[in-house]
Amino acid sequence: MDYSIRITGEAGQGIQTIGGSLAKVFARSGYHVFTHQDYESRVRGGHNFYQIRFSDAPVMSSRDGIDLLVAMDSAGIDRYLSGLTENGLVIYDSKTLRQKHEDPNFLDVPFSDLAVEHGGNKIMANTVATGAVLGSIRMDTDIFLDILKHTFSKKGDEIVQGNIDAAKAGHSYAVGNCWKCSFDLAPVSGPKMLIAGNDAIGLGAIASGLKFYSAYPMTPSTGIMNYIAGKEEEYGIIVEQAEDEIAAVNMAIGASFAGVRAMTGTSGGGFALMVEGISLAAMTETPVVIALAQRPGPATGLPTRTEQGDLEFALYSAHGEFPRIILAPGTPEQAFHLTNRAFEMAEKYQVPVIILTDQYLADSQWTFDKFDTDKLKYTDRRLRGDALKEQGIYNRHTCTEIGVYPMAIPGESRHLVVTDSDEHDEEGHMIEDSETRIKMIDKRLFNKLPAIKKDIAPPAFYGSDTPDIVIIGWGSTYGLLKEAVDVLSKDLNISMLHFSEMYPLPEIEKFNYLDILKRAEMTICIENNATSQFARLIRTWTGFEFSNRINKYDGRPFTLESLIGEINAIIG
Amino acid sequence: MPSLDDYKGIDPAWCPGCGNFSILDTFKEAMVEMDLEPHQLTVVSGIGQAAKFPHYIRCNTFNGLHGRALPVAAGIKLANHKMKVFVTTGDGDCYGEGGNHLLHNIRRNLDIKLFVHDNQIYGLTKGQPSPTSMEGIKFKIHPFGVLSEQMNPMALAVALDCSFVARAFSGDQEHLKGIIKEAAEHKGFALVDILQPCVTFNKVNTFSWYKERVYQIEDGYDPTDRLAAFEKALEWGDRIPLGIIYKNQRPIMEERIPMISKEPLIRHSFDQKKIEETLKEFY
Repeated sequence: MDYSIRITGEAGQGIQTIGGSLAKVFARSGYHVFTHQDYESRVRGGHNFYQIRFSDAPVMSSRDGIDLLVAMDSAGIDRYLSGLTENGLVIYDSKTLRQKHEDPNFLDVPFSDLAVEHGGNKIMANTVATGAVLGSIRMDTDIFLDILKHTFSKKGDEIVQGNIDAAKAGHSYAVGNCWKCSFDLAPVSGPKMLIAGNDAIGLGAIASGLKFYSAYPMTPSTGIMNYIAGKEEEYGIIVEQAEDEIAAVNMAIGASFAGVRAMTGTSGGGFALMVEGISLAAMTETPVVIALAQRPGPATGLPTRTEQGDLEFALYSAHGEFPRIILAPGTPEQAFHLTNRAFEMAEKYQVPVIILTDQYLADSQWTFDKFDTDKLKYTDRRLRGDALKEQGIYNRHTCTEIGVYPMAIPGESRHLVVTDSDEHDEEGHMIEDSETRIKMIDKRLFNKLPAIKKDIAPPAFYGSDTPDIVIIGWGSTYGLLKEAVDVLSKDLNISMLHFSEMYPLPEIEKFNYLDILKRAEMTICIENNATSQFARLIRTWTGFEFSNRINKYDGRPFTLESLIGEINAIIG
Repeated sequence: MPSLDDYKGIDPAWCPGCGNFSILDTFKEAMVEMDLEPHQLTVVSGIGQAAKFPHYIRCNTFNGLHGRALPVAAGIKLANHKMKVFVTTGDGDCYGEGGNHLLHNIRRNLDIKLFVHDNQIYGLTKGQPSPTSMEGIKFKIHPFGVLSEQMNPMALAVALDCSFVARAFSGDQEHLKGIIKEAAEHKGFALVDILQPCVTFNKVNTFSWYKERVYQIEDGYDPTDRLAAFEKALEWGDRIPLGIIYKNQRPIMEERIPMISKEPLIRHSFDQKKIEETLKEFY
């Protein structure tokens, strides 16, 4: 089984509530779930959708075909009816939409009337609709009712009971009236965890000992700040809303200098304001983690949509020559672990680390059995307490073979911690002489780089060991590429190379991915951007040129079918 | 007990006769008299002649980017509110490039002391007007004179209900020292605008220009009266008031954050195992 449900409506109609509840019900039941959101940059009106794919087998992308369309607005019917699968079903409320469909693929559920009659308030139409979906696919309401109880517990018994009755009413209406409903759900056992990319980054940061997060709200990165702020008190983290992104990154650098793990997050436009700060982190060798959730540019672009258009920007951002690390998770699980990696590497090498995601990953929810917390690391490299007090002399920027000298916590001893955005000597005071300048560049750049390069993990290799065709991608396209390989492997000798530790590029000593690429007949680089930025990065650093490219730059993610279609078109 | 020698930094690279020298000496004296040890304070600065200040004393130092000293200072203060945090900056650095941070850090009201060495000109870039340059003065890049109105940082700060607003003059060191100490001992964000002649580039606002105009605010003035303070802040020209123009007892931000009511963030321990509990919330 492999079903897709699309909930459509205007902003403010609660399609996130319906979609979020259903996704949770499926995940708790034990199904594999993948959701993605398509929304406009407005608070009310317009047209948005929330898509849920669920299956008894792992799913990690969205499909084109819709098995169940929940239309809270008429635009949903107009736009997506053609995408309905043969046995697909449209659930709608003819009274609210002021249109009646006699086609057997339509199930008219009086969302509003049932909400008023059973719940006591029209506002519970969402709850009725969710109940009706569960009724249509013949799932019981137990888990959903638990979710309702939890969600509305603070609003009092009356609201809880109203929602429960509304859910049951929607459910039994669908069970009693849907002759066409032929969904066949495979038995599974749960529960699974359900998590979106942004939450996974927030969670990963908290699991890495984050103490300070400063940011200016910007879609699609705001979810990270929201998640961490929700855990502020529990974990003793300060989340500070900065006056702009320049302040956000400088505050994080200040907090890190003072002795705590600090992070900021933004999207392309805000990142543009942060770049001088990245240069500052590099010069002062202050660890900082920056989440860059991409959206289509230039300028304001498409604020709520997706693109992988800022790889080169992240790569070349900020003036001067210095090492940086760029990580681009492909799944929420990777986002969790790579955020932990980001903090560990930032502290280890005292460099800025950028976590590169996009709206697609930020807002998409995936299911997992569990996150492996044994893989988490926490190495406190700061000089503090007795170790610091016993230190003879302390010069913050002492040159070492590995380029790194431990950061002391200012104020914890009589040692002074001095750093400067000007070129400086080992003590941290500004200098002008060429000898010291060369020494410090060597320290910051050349002494650190070999170890950083060695630390970078190889790309994920999936599919045939000796492929004729290799599809290549990075970041958020992981699930799409992997599923495409699963589908295409039936007829083709194909595999996937997926990069999530992007920069410095993985060395080939650990795993010779270049050799695999060179031996393949066809290498197709797939990117959610217009100019194949990653392909250019590979060519720049390795000289290898992919034989083919697939680009998508309409601000929307690939769907599995559309991607397979494009791959097939190339293969011929 | 700290001594002046404890605060001796590297030799200043300022022009001979620069007003910064007396601010530097006075600051050191104030620290010693307040019994503060160099490691107990962090001085944050941006870029400009005034921003070189922390190198010329000995203390924890973060010499950051042009205009961005305040956000770094805010990050330091939030991470370790037991640290005494000073910002030394100039009129270009703070009122120009960093203007937005000034507004919002006045609002935040962290216990940060901001000393603006205000010479009404850009020195490091060799003589362009700053936000506090007087309207009409001619510069190489302003052949018709400065067309923008002179900024009034004191009135701005009073308007934003800044916790401590004062003006001092580098040529009156005893008075300056008193203001530095009062600012340091005040609980809340303190803005001290320190008038300081630029001997090389500012041929209008010279030492004698200031000397003829400044006066110490008279006894009996009530710095907690905001309306009177606004009136005092507007004084400029023939007579320029020195002293505490305004102060209030607004609660400081760090005391309103429950997470740091006992220990500063830097002393918090971290238990990675705790994340297991949080992960359960995703099922």
